[in-house]
Amino acid sequence: MNGGHDLGGRQGFGSVNAEPESEEPLFHAEWERRIFALTLATGMLGQWNIDESRHARERQHPGDYLMHSYYENWLVGLEKLLAEKDLVGRIEQDAQCFQVPDAPAARKILRTGGPTLLPDSTQPRFRSGDRVRVARCQRSGHTRAPTYVQGASGTVVDHHGTHIYPDQNATGQRAGEHLYCVRFEGTELWGSESSSQSVYVDLWEPYLEEIC
Amino acid sequence: MSHDHDHTDPPSDLELRVKALESLLLEKGLVKQDALNAIIETYEHQVGPKNGVHVVAKAWSDLSFKQALLADGTATVADLGYVGRQGEHLTVVENTSDIHNLVVCTLCSCYPWTLLGLPPVWYKSAPYRARAVSEPRAVLSEFGTVLPEHTDIRVWDSTSEMRYLVLPERPFGTEGWSESQLQALVTRNSMIGVELVRHSGGGSNERRP
Repeated sequence: MNGGHDLGGRQGFGSVNAEPESEEPLFHAEWERRIFALTLATGMLGQWNIDESRHARERQHPGDYLMHSYYENWLVGLEKLLAEKDLVGRIEQDAQCFQVPDAPAARKILRTGGPTLLPDSTQPRFRSGDRVRVARCQRSGHTRAPTYVQGASGTVVDHHGTHIYPDQNATGQRAGEHLYCVRFEGTELWGSESSSQSVYVDLWEPYLEEIC
Repeated sequence: MSHDHDHTDPPSDLELRVKALESLLLEKGLVKQDALNAIIETYEHQVGPKNGVHVVAKAWSDLSFKQALLADGTATVADLGYVGRQGEHLTVVENTSDIHNLVVCTLCSCYPWTLLGLPPVWYKSAPYRARAVSEPRAVLSEFGTVLPEHTDIRVWDSTSEMRYLVLPERPFGTEGWSESQLQALVTRNSMIGVELVRHSGGGSNERRP
């Protein structure tokens, strides 16, 4: 879906207004610190994956998504996942139904992370140097094909191997697809004024079409 | 943004919502207090830009390390112990006198946590996410970074689980510096690509004529 989160190339947001690096606190309020930890800790229960979690934040009215602060969107996402997966109801039924990590287990999970590289089960369709076009597609679910590259042509510069495919993963089904890094010239995306700039985007094979 | 916080203010709706959620999750046993503390402690005190600073200064000091880093970022930083969440797959992109790299995540806020910690507010903000891909020169100028017209600007949109780290150009005038002297020059922003690394003695890494 191309909701409020799909921001590449959108106009009207004004300047960046960065806080000086040396003065910026890691969290700007105690509730930000708490929702950060709660989101990571509940994620460790293994009841949803990172793409479901991203999609839960994206599934908001674009106006709400854009008006919320960053961690407010995390809160909205977590409230939604907890309700949809009925975690409270399930643990009330069976107190042992989840493995709830303690501090050492949490540290271990943070260090392990969630690698997405899978063994190749098919031959990659593209190779470095190939010209490709990003298919135009109005996907209703989660996707990592940003709107601003859809319909644009670029050049494959790298094949990252087979990685978990987010569009399917966000529905709870784990599957792999070949992942490529594609270079788009600024002039292709933004017009003739945008020379000497390019954008590199990681795109999965189902997003891409061959240019004959 | 810094502001004078009056601690007698009533808690905001957000504070109350998060507090209610935390109380519920703790009471039901869905999270443990010590795990929450461990998560916060990890990102407040252990994982942060100092990891990336170490990697950059080492790359500037050790050519074979730099070559390995550019060839296989993931394995090379793992050898230094930098592994984990939001750093599972890593590509390092090198700035040169002709090429300048900039990292963004237009769809959310993907960022190399293992090397830079949690992203700053501006990195997650709508103006940066919207404009870094379309008008990188204007965005860079808002950080005080003005590059020659011929510089090839490459913007990396972090749409997959591959994370990107910029290896900034080593400033001129630092020949013979030790790794720890070099570390003191490297900023977080330079590893995202919005700034150049400068040193006060030599001014900056102005292009050599």
